Amino acid sequence: MIKLKQTKGFWFSILFAFVLFTIVQIVIANAVINFYFVNMILTMGIYIILAVSLHLIIGITGQFSIGHAGFLAVGAYTSAVFTMKLGQPLWIGLIAGGLAAAIAGMLIGIPSLRLKGDYLAIATLGFGEIVRITFFNIDYIGGPSGMMVSQLTTWPWVFGCMLLTILVIRNFTNSTHGRACISVREDEIAADAMGINTTYYKVVAFLIGSFFAGVGGALWAHNFYIIQPSQFGFLKSFDILIFVVLGGLGSMSGAVIAAILLTLVSMLLTEYPETRMIIYSLILIFTMLYRPRGLLGTKEVTSLFTNRRNKKGGPKDGNTHTVA
Amino acid sequence: MEIIQQLVNGISLGSIYALIALGYTMVYGIVKLINFAHGDVFMVGSFVGFYSITFLHLSFFPTLILSMVACALFGVLIERIAYKPLRNATRIAALITAIGVSLLIENGMIFFRGAQLEAYPNDILPTNKIDVLGVTVESKSLLILCVSVALMIILQFVVHKTKIGKAMRAVSHDAEAAKLMGINVDNTISATFAIGSSLAGAAGVIFGTYYYKIEPLMGVIPGLKAFVAAVLGGIGIIPGAMVGGLLLGVIESLVSAAGGSLWRDGVAFIILILILIFMPQGIFGKNKREKV
Repeated sequence: MIKLKQTKGFWFSILFAFVLFTIVQIVIANAVINFYFVNMILTMGIYIILAVSLHLIIGITGQFSIGHAGFLAVGAYTSAVFTMKLGQPLWIGLIAGGLAAAIAGMLIGIPSLRLKGDYLAIATLGFGEIVRITFFNIDYIGGPSGMMVSQLTTWPWVFGCMLLTILVIRNFTNSTHGRACISVREDEIAADAMGINTTYYKVVAFLIGSFFAGVGGALWAHNFYIIQPSQFGFLKSFDILIFVVLGGLGSMSGAVIAAILLTLVSMLLTEYPETRMIIYSLILIFTMLYRPRGLLGTKEVTSLFTNRRNKKGGPKDGNTHTVA
Repeated sequence: MEIIQQLVNGISLGSIYALIALGYTMVYGIVKLINFAHGDVFMVGSFVGFYSITFLHLSFFPTLILSMVACALFGVLIERIAYKPLRNATRIAALITAIGVSLLIENGMIFFRGAQLEAYPNDILPTNKIDVLGVTVESKSLLILCVSVALMIILQFVVHKTKIGKAMRAVSHDAEAAKLMGINVDNTISATFAIGSSLAGAAGVIFGTYYYKIEPLMGVIPGLKAFVAAVLGGIGIIPGAMVGGLLLGVIESLVSAAGGSLWRDGVAFIILILILIFMPQGIFGKNKREKV
């Protein structure tokens, strides 16, 4: 009975996810909404995957990475090569994209995670650019003109990957390892002194984050018919970064909400790309000036409901980031 | 001779990088902020130069000075509005703001004048060819090199011989102690932004006269590369930025001469990652021990 009570939130969210999935699936299958909105929902799902994967790196582990588009590109191109050139089904493409991005994350992570703060940011930015220029120069995948990819991404795939990403990263955050990552974010030297292998946890966070970014990239590639190196410039990295920053550095539900909201905003403003970027940049500046912890800070949406009851003990400063 | 020709091109390009890198390095030295918007100040300087040449019909040197003044004001404006409120915030918050400011300037520019290219008129500077020991050098690139070197000498003079330079060195060494000694830290930081931005403005005009084509997103890549140059020379160290800029320009030209012109943009970032891993203090930097 106690066990059931403890896991009530979990089963409730599974039920909620299932209901959400079914409703959207019915809506899409019966063609209630047109193609434009279906595409919007798929894009939203992919952005949620990307936002949550970056949330693990920046929000939980505190490693400021602005080269996320690089992992996205690696995942997109690898999966496209598997499905288009080698004739494999989509799920192999997804796994291959994720693994390739994870390997890329490890390659960049092991050397550059000795760096801190802004130096790491610049190194990851440089990595993203190197990835883009490399794809630009490989003729096998179309070079600058890009690669045609057939549309295979469907709502069940996007939803499945999204749910998996959220579950894995939520459970990772709540595990011993996740707590170690949070301690690295709060104070790296203190964490080191407490016997936490900080480099190991930073690499692990990078690995998991880049794996899911690669999966997101694979879904991305199979949603837009064509992939080009120029799509994965640092503007894409900033697009993902703004979800995490606006949602609250350290809040997964914040990142998800920001991804949903900003995808809606950008869909409304597709015809005015400069206006969209001006709004994005103003959001970044004003969030930092007036609410530097983001919309939700390190809190989660669910803690608004649960915290009121089990208030005994625990920190009083609302430091509830492990309650997902 | 081909190699020497490329070397000359590389030094011209490198002097532009060096001018931009100086602004990065000065700002980083004093407020520990990577001013992402610096590349966009460079772009604004280039446009100010373009408009003053085409509409005001100024010649090269008045244009240069006008653009430097405009950029100095612009830099101070950015610092006062966006960075000053964040002086005690975390480094990451300041970095995100800098990214936001950079995006805002670029897209604001596109919003107000469109994304189309502009071309600098090609008769601003005489285009004689001069033979130096069998190498043909355009008089333009010599003049540009001279202007850059002159600006760097003036900068050295300002930093080492004037009162404001002394204040800047004091603040970058220890802002708290400088405040206790009666130095107005806020004004000193603004002066640093002004000097750095004016150098970026000069680089913008020089870039325009040398490469002709300018556009609102032109500042992004040179800005990042100038940052690489600053890191290469040791960030926060003024001679380091000059040497790093020239070195980066020469390396890039040699890479394109060796047939890798498509990889040219990648080289800078590969150098960056190698430098950060093996020699994070840069060429001129001293190895600082981290204290708990």
